[in-house]
Amino acid sequence: MIPLSHYLTLGAILFALSVVGIFLNRKNVVILLMSIELLLLAVNLNFIAFSHFLQDPAGQIFVFFILTVAAAESAIGLAILIVLFRSRRTINVEELDSLKG
Amino acid sequence: MTFLQFAFYFFASVLVFAAAMVVTIRNPVKSALFLVLAFFSAACVWITLQAEFLAIVLVLVYVGAVMVLFLFVVMMLDINIAELRAGFTRYLPVGGVVAVLLVVEIVFVLARTFSPQQFANPPSHAADYSNTRELGELLYTTYVYPFEIAAFILLVAIIAAIALTMRARAPRKRIDPVRQVQTRREDRLRIVKMKSASRTAHRDQQDDAS
Repeated sequence: MIPLSHYLTLGAILFALSVVGIFLNRKNVVILLMSIELLLLAVNLNFIAFSHFLQDPAGQIFVFFILTVAAAESAIGLAILIVLFRSRRTINVEELDSLKG
Repeated sequence: MTFLQFAFYFFASVLVFAAAMVVTIRNPVKSALFLVLAFFSAACVWITLQAEFLAIVLVLVYVGAVMVLFLFVVMMLDINIAELRAGFTRYLPVGGVVAVLLVVEIVFVLARTFSPQQFANPPSHAADYSNTRELGELLYTTYVYPFEIAAFILLVAIIAAIALTMRARAPRKRIDPVRQVQTRREDRLRIVKMKSASRTAHRDQQDDAS
C-alpha cells in the first residue's frame, strides 16, 4: 500500500512548483491565477490524504468548501482581469501601479 | 507492485509533469490546457484515496467550468507574450533554489513524523460503502450552516463577476417613475379630426400602403 508520506510529498512538490510559478511569471496575471489554483490543489491533496488515513470525513468536507471558495475566487479574479485589460490594455503586473501603493 | 501503487505513481508523475509545464510553458493557452491535465490526474490520485465524490467534483467543477472560464479569458485578451516573459530566466535560479529548499525541508520533516508505522493504512471500506452518501449526510446535518454560507459565497461571486464586467449601454431602456407619474394627457394623446373618405378610395390607399 502507499504510505501517507508519499501523498504528502506529492503535495509538497506541487506546492513548490506553484511557488516557482509565482516567482517566474510575476508579470502575467493569468499564470499567477493558475499558480494559485495549483497551490489550492496541493493543499486539498493533503487534506484528503489525512482524511483517508485518520478515517475522518471532516477533511473531505473542508476540501468541498475550499473548492467552492476557490471557484468564487477565480471567477472574481478573472472578472477583475477583464476590467483591467479593458481600461489599461495590459495585464503586466509591473504596469499596474496607479494606486501608488 | 500492486495495481493501486502503479496507478498512484503513474498519476502522481503525470501530475508533477503537468504542473511543471503549467508554470514554464510560453503560451498561456497551452498552460491552461496543461492545468486541465493536472486537475484530471489530481482527481485520479484522489480516487486512490477513496474520495470518489470530490474527485468527480474536481473534474466537473474545475475541468468543466473554471478551466473553460480561464480559456475564454486567455483567448479574449490580446497579450504580448514576449513582453510578459521578460525576466523569466533572471528569476529561474531564485525560484529553483526556493522550490528545492521547500521540498527538501518538507520531506525532511515528513520522513521522520509520518512514518508508515505511525500512520498505518486504514482498512478498506465495505463493498456497499458510498462516499457520496457519507459526505451528503454530514453536509446536510452537521455542516448545514457552512453549506449555506458556501452557497451565499457563490451568489456573491456571481453578482460580483456580472457587476464588474457588464458594460452600461448608452441609452438605457429604463422607466423613470417620476416622469411617468407626472405625465399629462396632452403629452401623449393627439386627437386628429379629419373627414372620412369614400369606401373604395380608402381600400385603394390601404393596398398602396401594404
